[in-house]
Amino acid sequence: MPIRTEPVTVNLGPQHPSTHGVFRLRVTFDGEVVLDVEPVFGYLHRGSEKLGEERTYTQVITLTDRLDYVSAMTNNQAYVIACEKLAGIVAPERAMYLRVIAAELQRLVSHLVATGFFLNDLGAFATPLMYCFRERESVMDLFEMLCGARITVSYMRVGGVFQDAPEEFWPALNTFTTDMPHYLDEYEQLLTSNEILLTRTKGVGILTTEKALNCSVTGPVLRSTGFPWDLRKVDPYEIYDRVQFDVPVGEQGDNYDRYKVRIMEMRQSIRIIDQCVQQIHPGPVKADVPALLRPPPGDAYGRIEGPKGELGFYLVSDGGIAPYRFKIRSPSFINLTVLRDLLIGWKLADMIVTFGSIDINMGEVDR
Amino acid sequence: MPSPLEGNALFRGIYCWLAANKGNALQCPPDGPAFKDGWLPLGWEWLAYTIAALAIVMLVVNAFMVLATIYTYVERRLLGRFQSRLGPNRAGPFGLLQPIADAIKLLAKEDLVPAGADRWVFNLAPVVMVVPVILVLAVLPFGRHSFVADVNIGILYVVAVTSISTLAMFMAGFSSGNRYAMFGGMRAVAQLISYEIPVVLSIVGVLLLAGSLSLVSIVEAQRIPYILLQPLGFFVFMAGSSAEMNRSPFDLVEAESEIVSGYHTEYSGMKFGVFQLAEFGAVLTTSGIMATLFLKGWEGPVLPSHLWFLIKVFLFAFLFIWVRATLPRLRLDQVMAFAWKFLLPLSLINIFITAIEVLALDTTKLANLWLMAGINMAVAVLGIAAFSRFVRLGGKPRDITIEIPMASEAR
Amino acid sequence: MYGLGILNGFLVTMKNFIKKPVTIQYPEERNPQHPRFRGEEFVWYEDRCTACASCAKYCPLGIIKIVTHPSGGKLPEGDAYAIDVFDIDIGRCMFCGLCVEACPYDALFMGSGFEESKYKRADLVIHADRLRAAEKHPSTWFRPQLEGRGYDPQSDAPVPWKEAGRESWPHHLPQRPGEPGADGADAPSSPAGH
Ligand code: SF4
Ligand code: SF4
Repeated sequence: MPIRTEPVTVNLGPQHPSTHGVFRLRVTFDGEVVLDVEPVFGYLHRGSEKLGEERTYTQVITLTDRLDYVSAMTNNQAYVIACEKLAGIVAPERAMYLRVIAAELQRLVSHLVATGFFLNDLGAFATPLMYCFRERESVMDLFEMLCGARITVSYMRVGGVFQDAPEEFWPALNTFTTDMPHYLDEYEQLLTSNEILLTRTKGVGILTTEKALNCSVTGPVLRSTGFPWDLRKVDPYEIYDRVQFDVPVGEQGDNYDRYKVRIMEMRQSIRIIDQCVQQIHPGPVKADVPALLRPPPGDAYGRIEGPKGELGFYLVSDGGIAPYRFKIRSPSFINLTVLRDLLIGWKLADMIVTFGSIDINMGEVDR
Repeated sequence: MPSPLEGNALFRGIYCWLAANKGNALQCPPDGPAFKDGWLPLGWEWLAYTIAALAIVMLVVNAFMVLATIYTYVERRLLGRFQSRLGPNRAGPFGLLQPIADAIKLLAKEDLVPAGADRWVFNLAPVVMVVPVILVLAVLPFGRHSFVADVNIGILYVVAVTSISTLAMFMAGFSSGNRYAMFGGMRAVAQLISYEIPVVLSIVGVLLLAGSLSLVSIVEAQRIPYILLQPLGFFVFMAGSSAEMNRSPFDLVEAESEIVSGYHTEYSGMKFGVFQLAEFGAVLTTSGIMATLFLKGWEGPVLPSHLWFLIKVFLFAFLFIWVRATLPRLRLDQVMAFAWKFLLPLSLINIFITAIEVLALDTTKLANLWLMAGINMAVAVLGIAAFSRFVRLGGKPRDITIEIPMASEAR
Repeated sequence: MYGLGILNGFLVTMKNFIKKPVTIQYPEERNPQHPRFRGEEFVWYEDRCTACASCAKYCPLGIIKIVTHPSGGKLPEGDAYAIDVFDIDIGRCMFCGLCVEACPYDALFMGSGFEESKYKRADLVIHADRLRAAEKHPSTWFRPQLEGRGYDPQSDAPVPWKEAGRESWPHHLPQRPGEPGADGADAPSSPAGH
C-alpha cells in the first residue's frame, strides 16, 4: 500500500529570518519540494508615491532615500535625473562625476549586502556577511565624509549635489579603491571555488534570457542569463560614456551566476571610480536652481542602472512646486515576478537561496 | 562491589572511607598496620556504594555542565574572532559571565507551551535530548585513572546512547505542532540515522587496531595517535559526528535561514536552554570521544593528564568552531548523498585496509605502525579524491505542472 | 582537486582569526566622526535667527514649530521678531538637513552629537531653551565657512555665533554678484526661490 501524503502549506514570513524584510511567501510543500508559491507583500507599504505628490521636488529626495535603503545614493541619482529632465536643467560636470562616484560606491554597498545575505541564506554562519559588512562600513565612512549621513544620504540635489566633497574624501577614496580589490579577492578565495557553494548554487534556479526579458527583469539578474543589458552602456546617462568598463554577464542564469555577476560588477565599479577620480576637475557642483523648483508642465522619465536593475522615476508636473504624479519603477518589485517560476519544483533550501540571489529590498518592493 | 566502578580511585576512596571492613578488604586493602574500619557498620555497604557513586556522578555532571557553559562563551568569542568582530564581552571581565547572564535570562523567560502541542512529549523532549549527552560521560576517561566506569564495551555504549538524541529531536519537532519544527524533526530523523552508519563504521578501524572496546584500553593501546594511523576514519568520524550534532555544514535540522530554528522553534525559556546545553555539551563529549579515539586521550608529557585531556577536547572543539565559521550549509539530498555515497564507502575502505594491515603486519613494532600510517594517509587522499565525484552538483527540480490554482484561490 | 576550495576558505577565516577584529567597543572607544556628520541635535544661534521660519517650511516632515511675537527691542540681523517657541521634534526628524540648508541667515546648524536616547518621547522634542543652553558644536554640514577653516566639531571648542561665520556662496552674500549695490551692512537677500 502506498503511503498517502498530502501537501503542506507554510507561511514563510512575514517574520522569518531570511525574507529580507517583511516579505511573505505562501508555499505549498510536498515534503521538502515546493509545489506552489504565492508571494504576498505590502507589509512595508508607506505610500511613498502619494507622499511624493505632496512634497516639493527637493523634499522628495528624502523619500527616495528610503525606498531601497541599502542603495540610497542611486535612488537619489535616479530621481534627480528625472527632475533634471523634467525641468531642463543640466548639472555641472563636477557634480556629475561626484554623482557617479557616489552611485558606484553605492553599487558596491548594495552588491556587498546582497552577497553577504545570499551567503547567509546558504547557511554560512554570518561569516561572509560580517566580512561584507566590514567593507560596507568603509564605504559608509566615505558617505559620512561626503554628506554627513551613512544610509539615508540625501546627497544629491536637482542640478547637482548639495556640496562639494571635502578635502579628506579623496585620499580616503583612494585608499578604499586600492584596498577593495584585495577584499574581493578574499571573498572569492573564501567562496567562489567553495565546493559547497558550487554544489548548492550551480544549476539551481535557472532563469532563461527569454523568460527574463518577458518578465522585464533587469539588473544583475538579467545579466546573469548572458544578456548584456546595462543602461550605463546602452543608454549612457551622466558621464558613463566617458569611462571604460565591461558589462559582466553570466552563463546560464543560475544562482551561482547571479552571485558571480555581482562580484564581477564590484570590480567594474572600482574601475569606474578610479577613472572618475582621474577625470574629475574643479568646478561648480550645483547649477543655479531655485530652492523651490517649479518645472514647466509636462512629464519625464529618468532611469538609471541601479544596483538591482533599472530604477526609474516617472514625474508629471503641473507647473507647481510638487510633482503631480510621482511613479517609481522599482527593480526589486519587477524582478520578483519571476520568483514563482524559479522556485517551483525545487527544495525548501533552494527556495531560500534563489530568493536571496534575486536580491530584493522590501522598502523598494512595497514602496 | 560491582566491577565497572572498581578502577575508579575517587570512588574507592569514598567507599572505603565509609565502609571499609574485614569483609571487603580485597577492595579496600589495609594500608599499613593501622587498619581502620569504615564509618558504617557491617551490612551497610550498599549505602556507602550509593553515596560514593552519587558523589562521583555529581562531580562529573556538574563539572561537565560548567564546562559546557564555558564552552558556549568560548564558541561565541571565537566565532566573533573568525568573523572579525569582538564577540560577547560586556558581562564581567572579557564577558566571562556571559553564560551566567544567558542562564539568568533563559530562566526568567516565560515558558511557553503552544496550544496545539502534545504537552507530554513536548516537555519530555529536552530531557531526552540532554540525558544521552551526560550518559556518555560515564565511560569517558578524563585522565589517568579517572573515569566513572571502565565498561568493557565502552565505545558500543557511546554509540548506543548518542543515537537517542535523534528521538529527542523528532519528539520536539513532532510535538510542537509547528510546521517548521516538523520539517526540523523530519530532517533530523533522515539525517541522523544516515550518519549513524558511517560514524560507527569509522570507529571499527580504531577497534581493530586497539583490539578492545573499552575506551580506557583504547587510550592505553595507542602508541602513536590513531589520527595518523586512521586519517580516513578520523575524517569520516569528524564529518559524521558534526552531522550528528547538527553543526555546519550539516546543520539542516536547525537551519536558521530555512526553517527558523528547526525542531526547537517553539521552545522558550529554560527548555530552550536545555536544548542549547545539550547541543554545546554534545560538542564537548564528541570532542572528548575524538580525543580518546584518535589523539591518545589523556596521555601526554609533562602536564597533568586531566589538563592534557582538556587541551585535546578544546582542540577538537576549536576545529568544530572553525568549520562552523567557514562553511555554508548543504541541502538535504546532498547531505544524504554525502553520507551514503561518500562517507559510507570511505569508511568501508578504511575497515578493509586496516583489517588487511592488522593481519599482514605485526602491529607491536613501531616501524610497522609508521608504515601503516603512510599507507593509510595515501589511501585517505586517494579515497577522498575518488569518491568526491559522487557528490552531485546542483541537482534537478522536480517536474511540477501546476494545475491547482494559486493557493489563495484554493483556500 | 575536490575540496581545495573549502580548504582555501579555511585559510581565509584563519587569517581573519589572527587579525585584529575590526569592530570596537563603542562607549569606550569611538570611531572617528567626520566633521560633516549630521548629528541628532541642532545648533541654533538665537542672536542670528530672524524667526523667518524658512526652516519650518522646508522641513519635509513639518516638525519644526516656531511661534513668534513682534518685539521692538530686539534687532538681530534681520527682522524684529522675538521667539516664543522653537521646537524641533527629533523623535520624528530624519536628519536630512534640509532645514539647515534652508536657513538664510546661518542661524541653524546640524549638531554633531548622536547620543540622544531618552526614556520618554516627549523628551525628544528639543525646545528653544535647550537649544539656547546647549554647547554649540555645529556640524560643518552645508556650512562651508566652517569646513574651510578646518574646524572639527569633536575636538574643537564650542563655536559662538560671531565665529560661526556666514557662507560665502552667492545666495548668502550680502550682495549677489551682478546685483545693484545693496545698502545695509549685513542685510542678506533671501535665498532664491523665496
Ligand atoms: S533635519 Fe530634516 S526632518 Fe529634521 S527638522 Fe530638519 S528638515 Fe526636518
Ligand atoms: S530658517 Fe534660520 S533664521 Fe529662519 S527661523 Fe529657521 S533658524 Fe531662524
